[in-house]
Amino acid sequence: MTIDWAVVEMAIPLLAEGTVTTLRIASLAALLGLTGGVALGLVSLGGWPWARWLVRAYVDFIRGTPLLIQIFIVFFGLPLMGWRPGEFWSGVIALSLNCAAYVAEVVRGTVGAVEKGQTEAAKSIGMTQGRILLYVLLPQSIRPMMPALTNDVITLLKNTSLLSVISVYELTRSGQAIIATHFAPLEIFALLAIYYYAIISVLSWISRVIERRLPAW
Amino acid sequence: MPLETRTDPSRLAGERPLLSVRGLRKRYGEREILKGISFDVMAGQTMVLIGPSGSGKTTVLRCLNHLETPDAGTIELTGEPIGGAYVGEAARWTPLTESQLALQRRKFGFVFQRFNLFPHLTAAQNVAIGPRKVLGLSREAAEARAAEQLARVSLAEHMHKRPSQLSGGQQQRVAIARALAMDPRLILFDEPTSALDPELVHEVLDVMGALAREGMTMIVVTHEMSFARRVADTLIFMADGHIVEQGSPEAVFSAPREEKTQRFLSHILNR
Repeated sequence: MTIDWAVVEMAIPLLAEGTVTTLRIASLAALLGLTGGVALGLVSLGGWPWARWLVRAYVDFIRGTPLLIQIFIVFFGLPLMGWRPGEFWSGVIALSLNCAAYVAEVVRGTVGAVEKGQTEAAKSIGMTQGRILLYVLLPQSIRPMMPALTNDVITLLKNTSLLSVISVYELTRSGQAIIATHFAPLEIFALLAIYYYAIISVLSWISRVIERRLPAW
Repeated sequence: MPLETRTDPSRLAGERPLLSVRGLRKRYGEREILKGISFDVMAGQTMVLIGPSGSGKTTVLRCLNHLETPDAGTIELTGEPIGGAYVGEAARWTPLTESQLALQRRKFGFVFQRFNLFPHLTAAQNVAIGPRKVLGLSREAAEARAAEQLARVSLAEHMHKRPSQLSGGQQQRVAIARALAMDPRLILFDEPTSALDPELVHEVLDVMGALAREGMTMIVVTHEMSFARRVADTLIFMADGHIVEQGSPEAVFSAPREEKTQRFLSHILNR
C-alpha cells in the first residue's frame, strides 16, 4: 500500500483547528472536573451521611455507565430541562461530570490514607472535621494525588474524541471530515493518533514538572 | 524543694477537683481494656500513670478528651460533663455532636507518643494553626502566640523549620508548644518520650518538669520512673484495666501495698 502524502500535508494544518477545540474543551472540563471532584471527594470523607450517600450513588452511576451514553444523556437531557447550551458546552458538562466522579475517588482514597495520627492531632487542638480535611489532610495529599490525577486528565483528554458523536468539531471530528472528502482513513487516523500522543506527552511532562516542584517533607 | 509546687493541702480540703473521672469503662470487641477507672486531678497537679503495657493507661488518656468514646463512666472538667450532656427533665445522657466535642477538646492539650506534627507546616505554623483556625485569632496574634510558646520550649531559633528538619526531641517540644498555644486547662501526655532516642529524652522531660513547676495541670503516662518520682504529685499504678494503687510517689515507690505493684516496680527499676 502507498501513503497519500499529499492528503497528509493538507490535513496537518486543518487538524490544528480541531486541536484548539479539543484543548479548550479538555482544559475547561479538567478545571471543572478537578474542582468538582475534590469537593465531592471531601464530602464523601467528611460530609453529612446523606451527602456521602449521594456522592456514593453519583460515583457508582458514572463508573457503571459508558461515557458515550452519559454524553447523549447530557446532550438530549439538558434541552428537556429548558436549557440549550449547544454541543460544545454539552460536551464540556458531560466530560466534567464524568471526570469529577473519578477525581472524587482519587481524593477519597488519598486523603483517607493519611496517617490516623494526623487526624487525632488535629482533633486534639479542637479542629472540626471540615477544618481537618481542609488544613491538615488535603494539603498533605496533593503530591501523592498527582500521578492518579494526571491519569484522569489524560483519560479526559482522550475522551474528548467521543464528543464527535454530538458533532463537536474537535480533533477527531475534524479528521473524520477530511476522511469524508478525501477518503484516506489510515493516513488521517494515524495522524490523529500522533496529534493525541503529542498533546498527552506534553501533558505528562507538565505533570512531572509540577510534581517535582511541589514541596516535599 | 522550693521550686516544686506540691499540692497545697488547704486546696485539697475544700476545693473541687479540676478533673473528676468516675467508673470509666472501655471495651474493644471481646477485650475489656478499662474496667472502671476513677480518679480526681486537682488544678496545678501532675498525675503520673504507670503500669505494664496493655494495662490501659493510654486508653484512659484517649477517653478523657474523647479520642476514644468511653463505654461507660463520667468525666467532668470543672464540673462540666465531657462528651455528653444531661438533657431534659429526665436528665437523659445525650452524646455531644462532633462540633460540640471539638469545643470541649480545646480544653485538653494532648501530646502524642509519635508527636503527630503536621509535616507540611513549619514549627511555627504547627503551633499557630490552632489559635488561628480554631480560636479565630488574627494571623499576627496567632504568629505571636506561636513564637511565644516555641520560646517557652526553647525552640525560638528553629521556628521556621519543618518537622522533618528537627530531631525527635525538638519535634516533641513543638508538639508541647502546639498544645500550650490552645491555652488548655490541662495537658495529657501519652508516653511522650517513648519514641525518642535515649539521649533526647531529658530535653522533653525538662520542659515537662518546668511546666509542672509553673502550675500546669498534667496527666502523664510514662515509663520514666525517675521523672515520676521527681515531678508527680500523685502516682497511679494500673494493671489489667484497674487502678491497683494510687498515692504520693514516695508512698508508691518505697512502700507499695499491692503485690502487682511490687513486681512491676522491681522489674522496671532493676532493668
